[in-house]
Amino acid sequence: MRKVLAVALKEMRQASRDPLTLALLLGIPAAMLLLYGYALNFDVRHVALAVQDRDGSAGSRELIASFTNSTYFDRAADLPAGSDLDGVLERRLARAVLVIPENYARDLDEGRRARVQLLLDGADANTATTVLGTSSAVVADANTAILRKALPDQQLRTSRVIDYEPRAWYNPELKSTQFLVPGLIGFILMLTSVLSTALSVVREKERGTMEQLRVTSLRPAELILGKTLPYLGIALVAMGIILLVARALFAVQVRGPLLDLFATTLLYLFGALGFGLLISSFADSQAIAFQVGSVFATLPAIFLSGFIFPIRSMPRLLQWLTYAFPTRYFLVILRGIILKGASLAPYRRDLLFLTIYAGVIFGLAWFRLTRKAD
Amino acid sequence: MAAVETRHLSKSFGAFRAVDDLTIAVEEGEVFGLLGSNGAGKSTVIRMICGLLAPSGGTALVEGVDVARDPEEVKRRIGYMTQRFSLYEDLTVRQNLRFFGGVYGLRGVILDQRQAWAVSQAGLEGKEDLMTRSLPGGWKQRLALACAVLHRPKVLFLDEPTGGVDPISRRSFWNLIDKMAEEGVTIIVTTHYLDEAEHCRRIALMHAGRLISMGTVSQLKQVFAGRAVIEVSCPRLFEALDLFERDEDVLEASLFGSRLHLVVPDAGTGQRRALELLQRSGNVPARVEPIVPSLEDVFIHTIETEEASRTRGEQKPTEKAGSRVQRGVP
Repeated sequence: MRKVLAVALKEMRQASRDPLTLALLLGIPAAMLLLYGYALNFDVRHVALAVQDRDGSAGSRELIASFTNSTYFDRAADLPAGSDLDGVLERRLARAVLVIPENYARDLDEGRRARVQLLLDGADANTATTVLGTSSAVVADANTAILRKALPDQQLRTSRVIDYEPRAWYNPELKSTQFLVPGLIGFILMLTSVLSTALSVVREKERGTMEQLRVTSLRPAELILGKTLPYLGIALVAMGIILLVARALFAVQVRGPLLDLFATTLLYLFGALGFGLLISSFADSQAIAFQVGSVFATLPAIFLSGFIFPIRSMPRLLQWLTYAFPTRYFLVILRGIILKGASLAPYRRDLLFLTIYAGVIFGLAWFRLTRKAD
Repeated sequence: MAAVETRHLSKSFGAFRAVDDLTIAVEEGEVFGLLGSNGAGKSTVIRMICGLLAPSGGTALVEGVDVARDPEEVKRRIGYMTQRFSLYEDLTVRQNLRFFGGVYGLRGVILDQRQAWAVSQAGLEGKEDLMTRSLPGGWKQRLALACAVLHRPKVLFLDEPTGGVDPISRRSFWNLIDKMAEEGVTIIVTTHYLDEAEHCRRIALMHAGRLISMGTVSQLKQVFAGRAVIEVSCPRLFEALDLFERDEDVLEASLFGSRLHLVVPDAGTGQRRALELLQRSGNVPARVEPIVPSLEDVFIHTIETEEASRTRGEQKPTEKAGSRVQRGVP
């Protein structure tokens, strides 16, 4: 244990001697959170809406108001009848154009079907889909309001057969930052812990100090632990910083028990650090270690984890592939603890997989690094 | 019991035989030199004895402990230092010492004592808080040695310890080594500086993975018994070299920097013959003198003989193999 401490102390000294690396390890997570938190914002609000109200009635104004009152749309321009609607979208004066034809109010009053048109800039398909969804909801709401007004009370009562009232729990406003923060934690911890361990071991190989260590009575196990523990500590500090930043900037609070969060993170980190060690047992240069680490650890943590792309909407093959990477399980638990305020109890299966992953990877790394000279 | 012993030690990398059937025994407190050109297999031998490389065949013992059986026990007894001075450049002198002390399991008062001893031995007093990166080569080398002997090893392996170090530092380094040997530490050193080999009590000459000669310096020099070495300096060196290589009375001719060394059966007749040949070809003014053969002469002579005996089976027997050996054996 004393030797483990000697190695750990040395690692810490080297890390502190290199303020840039340390700042990267601790600062990058927070910086990425800022970057991704703001850039990876999938919420569509304040969409510029141009309006061509050819009816000009109280009814048409009511419909426009229900669009703008939703806060999803901002009234960007009013277009006179006969103006060039294509040009508005082309010149990006607005992302959507609402066209209300003449006789809109009269059609409604006389019990006919009134038609309105929404032109949408479909170049950005993601945004367009979201806008389409919100506008449909706005129109549906408006429909209900009109119906209620038009029908006599008793008829209304009978017509309300189903009271559809969707409510998103845990993240009622469906803010994507809430959803992204756990994913970011998974990704960032994977990135920093895999790379820091892999690079710190490979650096010793490159500089020849590894050979010097191998002729001392330092056992490989002691070296592994001494190398792992400091970075485990650093990763936990980084995690704390992420949570603080997420709370300060995105109002993401940890609702569940912190101890469970900590325990899960520790388990996840063991797998990640083990993977870093495993890479270091193959790679002979820091450049290779960096590339391997990026490709096999951080990319899956982004794409095969459910961080950004929902696993359920992936092709079957990729879905299967996600089971091979730990971030998938980690994110499920993390979202549960952070957003739902759950404890670990409902996530036994994911926890089991995390444990298996950590065990297998760490075991492999251990085997590779402790085997005898060849 | 020998401090270090190898029995039929061999190592192959694919088809390449880096070490071929090496059997040596080094006594306790002996400074033992492994000599040979680059690629002769010296470092490979040391790496196998230290447990860094597994031998393809044979065994290596340190104080009777088989490296293959109990590498941990061997590692406790040995110190190892390479030409690269494998220190942590981004730690201070003190931090390097404390780290290696910690790695060897030293602690408390013992670590303090050993550290103070190492610092004074290496002449690094007052430099403890300097960053290792900023030290000159000779100091790094002494610090590396200090780190390698913190745990008082019984056997010390030095793999080209003075590479890239200035002559004065080399001398003070060798003073340190001699002192440790007096204290009973067995030292095995590889070098291709032949002047350093004179510090060794015994020397093993290696060539192409094989042991070609072993003994004390004076024993090795006896290869010239019954023959003499003469030194020639003249204006056109390569022309003279060609000339002597073709001459029947010259056994060997090789280039030694700005001079030629000739091995001849007899000093007097050889000297007269050489002068005569040079004057006849107008390669004057020339100086021809018998000299006491240095270890370098021994080295080149032994390797040439070895090469010749090896090629004799394959090539024309008359050819004098590899006589254009450059001075200094890289």
